[in-house]
Amino acid sequence: MTLTRRELLVSGAGLLIAFHVPRKGRAAQMDKKPSVEPNAFVRVAPDDSVTVVLAHSEMGQGIWTSLAMLIAEEMDCDWSKIRVEHAPAAPAYAHTAYGLQMTGGSTTTWSEFDRYRTVGAMAREMLVRAAADRWKVRPRSLHTENGFVVYRTSRASYGQLAEAAQQLSPPASVRLKGKKDWKLIGKPTRRLDTPEKITGKAQFGIDVQLPRMRTALIARAPVFGGKVKSFDASKAKAVPGVEQVVQVPSGIAVVAANFWSAKLGRDALQIDWDPGPGAELNSGKLLASYREQAKGAGAVAVAEGDADTAIARAARRLEAEYDVPYLAHATMEPLNCTVRLEGGRCEIWTGTQFQGVDQMAAAAIAGVPPQKVVIHTTFLGGGFGRRATLNSHFVAEGVHVAKAAGVAVKVVWTREDDIRGGHYRPMYVHRIEAGVDDKGTPLAWRHTIVGQSILTGTAFEKFTVKDGVDASSVEGAVDSPYLEAVPARRITLHSPRNQVPPQWFRSVGNSHTAFAMESMIDELAWAAGRDPLEYRRALLRHKPRHWRALKAAAEKAGWGTPPPEGRARGLAVHDCFGTIVAEVAEVSVDARRGIRVHKVSCALDCGQAVNPLAIEAQVQGGVVFGLSAALFGAVTLKEGRVEQSNFHDYRVLRIPEMPEVKVQILESDAKMGGIGEPATAPIAAAVANAVYALTRQRLRSLPLRLT
Amino acid sequence: MKLEVNGQVREVDAPDEMPLLWVLRDLCGLTGVKYGCGMAQCGACTVHLDARAVRSCMLPVASATGKKITTIEGLSPDGSHPIQKAWAEIDVVQCGYCQSGQIMSAAALLAEMPDPSGEEIDRAMAGNICRCGTYQRVREAIRRASSMRRAQR
Repeated sequence: MTLTRRELLVSGAGLLIAFHVPRKGRAAQMDKKPSVEPNAFVRVAPDDSVTVVLAHSEMGQGIWTSLAMLIAEEMDCDWSKIRVEHAPAAPAYAHTAYGLQMTGGSTTTWSEFDRYRTVGAMAREMLVRAAADRWKVRPRSLHTENGFVVYRTSRASYGQLAEAAQQLSPPASVRLKGKKDWKLIGKPTRRLDTPEKITGKAQFGIDVQLPRMRTALIARAPVFGGKVKSFDASKAKAVPGVEQVVQVPSGIAVVAANFWSAKLGRDALQIDWDPGPGAELNSGKLLASYREQAKGAGAVAVAEGDADTAIARAARRLEAEYDVPYLAHATMEPLNCTVRLEGGRCEIWTGTQFQGVDQMAAAAIAGVPPQKVVIHTTFLGGGFGRRATLNSHFVAEGVHVAKAAGVAVKVVWTREDDIRGGHYRPMYVHRIEAGVDDKGTPLAWRHTIVGQSILTGTAFEKFTVKDGVDASSVEGAVDSPYLEAVPARRITLHSPRNQVPPQWFRSVGNSHTAFAMESMIDELAWAAGRDPLEYRRALLRHKPRHWRALKAAAEKAGWGTPPPEGRARGLAVHDCFGTIVAEVAEVSVDARRGIRVHKVSCALDCGQAVNPLAIEAQVQGGVVFGLSAALFGAVTLKEGRVEQSNFHDYRVLRIPEMPEVKVQILESDAKMGGIGEPATAPIAAAVANAVYALTRQRLRSLPLRLT
Repeated sequence: MKLEVNGQVREVDAPDEMPLLWVLRDLCGLTGVKYGCGMAQCGACTVHLDARAVRSCMLPVASATGKKITTIEGLSPDGSHPIQKAWAEIDVVQCGYCQSGQIMSAAALLAEMPDPSGEEIDRAMAGNICRCGTYQRVREAIRRASSMRRAQR
C-alpha cells in the first residue's frame, strides 16, 4: 500500500504514527481541511505497552478488540501488552469511506481493515529499522515475534526500541501479510474491555465526575415541536440541592448538586406549553393516512418493465400490506452529555457515535473554533444508531446548559425522557402487489413504501436523497435479490413529514424492508403450494451467496424434518450492509396466544471474518434486538403524546424469552460486509413466517400479535 | 446517616427517601452501579443488601442502614469472583452497561443456589435487561461459574 500523506508525531512517550489513506468509494467529504491536531493510531511506550487509538466508538460491537487485532497482526505484538483508547475528535480519524469521524452503518471493521493493518506494518518496519541500526545489520536479516525484534540470538523489545524508532521517518510503503501468514485475524479472540466491564470500572458518559460539576435534567415539550409559553421555577428552586433553573432551546433545565435533586426539582417545575401542531398526531390516524397514501404511486425508486400491464395480465395477483411502528432504541445507558466551558475551550465527555458532527455543533453554540472543542469519547452504553444524531441534539443541549448555567454540567436523560424523546425508527407502511404465473413465480412486482425520510433536511441529504427517494427508506427492497429476476417491477416511495424526529435504528431501512420482502415472498410460496425453502431456491438461482446462507441455516435448523410437536419453522434471508444473513426461527404459540421463539439458526456470509467470537455475539445480539421489535416494540402517539414511558410498557426481550441462537459464519472471498446490524433485519419475517406455518394466520403488522 | 458499603462504613448526608442508587453513585462515587430505568424494571442498579440482590433505584437509602451493602466494586477485590471469571471466559459483555447488574444478580443466585437449572437461571435473571442481547452467554457463564465452584469443592 502506498501512502499519499503521512505524519510522524514525536512524543516523549515513544513512537506515534499517524497517516491518512486516500478516501475511496462514496466519499462524503464533509470535513473541512484537516486542522493541526495530534493524531495517532498506535503508540509504543518504553514499558512495552502498545496503545491502539480507535477512530470509532466502542458501543458493544467489539471493535475495541477487532481493530487492535488488525494492528497487532501486522506489528507482531505481544497481545497481553495491548492497550486501547478512543481517539479525540480530529480530522485524522475521519471515516475512510465517509470522510467524517463517526461509527455507524456496520462499517468500522471493513473500512479500517487496510488502514489499521497498514499502521501496524509501518510501526513494525520502523522498529525493525531501529534495531538494525542498533545492531549494525541489514533490516532484512531481522524478524519480529511477540513484541520483540530478533537477530540470531539478540532480542530487543518494542519498548526498548520505541525511542530510536520515533527518530526515523516512516516508510513510504509497506507490504501487508498474506492471509496464510495471519496469526490473529480470523481467530476467535476474547474482548480486551472485559476486565473493566466486569468490575464496574468501565467509564460510560453517565459516570463522568468533574470537580464542581452539576447534574441537570431538562423538562422537554410533552408534544414534538412544542414550545415553552411560560414557566414558574419557584417550587423547583425550593428543592434542596437545586441551584439554578435555566431555559435552553429544548426546554427548561434544572441544575442541581446531583441527579436526585435535579429530578425532584424538575418534577416541581410548572410549565405552560404551547404544544403546536404536533398535538394532532395519533398513531391510528397516521397509519390510516399512510395506508391511503400507499394506494397511489410515489417517487420512483425502481422501475423496470411495465409493472402495471404485467400485473393486469398475470395468471394470478396477490396483494398484501405490511406496517411497522415507531421504535425507540432504548439503549441501556440513557443519553447524557457532560460539558465544561473554560479558557476558550469546550470540553465534552459523552458516548457518541458522531464526533465529527457533534464537534461542529458544539463549536457553533459555544462560540469557539471546532478545534477548541475537545471530545472525550467514553464507552457507549449501547448505540444502535441512537447516539449518531444528525442534529447532535443531546450534545448541543449539554453545551447550551453549561453556557446558560456557567458551570460544568452533566445533562442526564431519564428513561422516560428516552422513550418519549423521539428520534425513533419511523413508522412505515408497505403495500405490495405481485403478479405470478401459473406456477406461482413472480413476473410483476408493484410496491409502495410510505414513511418519514430520516435524512431529508440533514447534512446527509445531498448524498442519500435522490429524486425524492431517501436511500435509507428503500434499502433492502430496491436491491432485493428476489426482484432481479422479476421482469416488471416498480417500487415507489412517499415520504410524509410530521413533527416526530426520525432516526436510524440498528439495520436502518432493512429493519422494515426485510420484514415486508421476506413476508411477501413467503406468501407467494404458500400461495403457489410450494415449500418456502424450495420456492426461494428457484428465485435465488443467480444469487449463490444468498442461497448458500439460506441452505446452511435451514440445514442446521432441521428444515425438512418434522419440528417438535406444536412448533413450526419459518425462514428469511437478507443482505444488509454487505453481509448476507439467513435465519430460521422455530416457534410455538402458548395458551394465551403469545408467540414463543425457541430456536434461531443463523448463517451469515460477511466475506473475511476478523473475530469470529465477536461476530457470534453480534449475531446473537442482533437477533435479540430484532426480536424485541418483532414481538413487543411499539411507540404510539395519542394527541401528540407518547403513550409509553419505560420498560414496563415499552417491552424488550428478557432472558426467559431468549431463544437458543446458533451461528454459522460462512467465510467467503466476497468484499467484507458489516457485522453489527445485519442479523437484526431478517428475524421478524422469519418469526412471522413460522407463525404462519403453525397457525395459517398471516401477521402483517409489527409487533406480531395473534388474534 | 451511616452506611456500610463494601465493608467500609461511610457517613452520607442524604434525605431518607433518596434512592440508594443515587447515594451510591452521586454521593459515594460508586459509579459501577448503573441507572437504567428508575422503577426496578431493568436491573442495572442491582446491588446486594446483606446477601440478597435488590434494585437500588427504588430503595430509599434509609432502609439500607444497618445492612451490608455490596456493589460491583466490592464483589471481589480483583475481579476474581467465580461469576466474574466465568464472564471473562465466556466473553459475555458487549456494551457492558447492564453487566454490573447482571453479575450482581448472578452472584446472588449462585450464593443461594449453587447449581441452578436453566429455568432457575432464567427466573433469577428475568429482571435484568440487556439491550445488546448477551442473554445466551449470560446463561452459559452462570452454568460455567456453577461448575467451576463444583470443581473447587
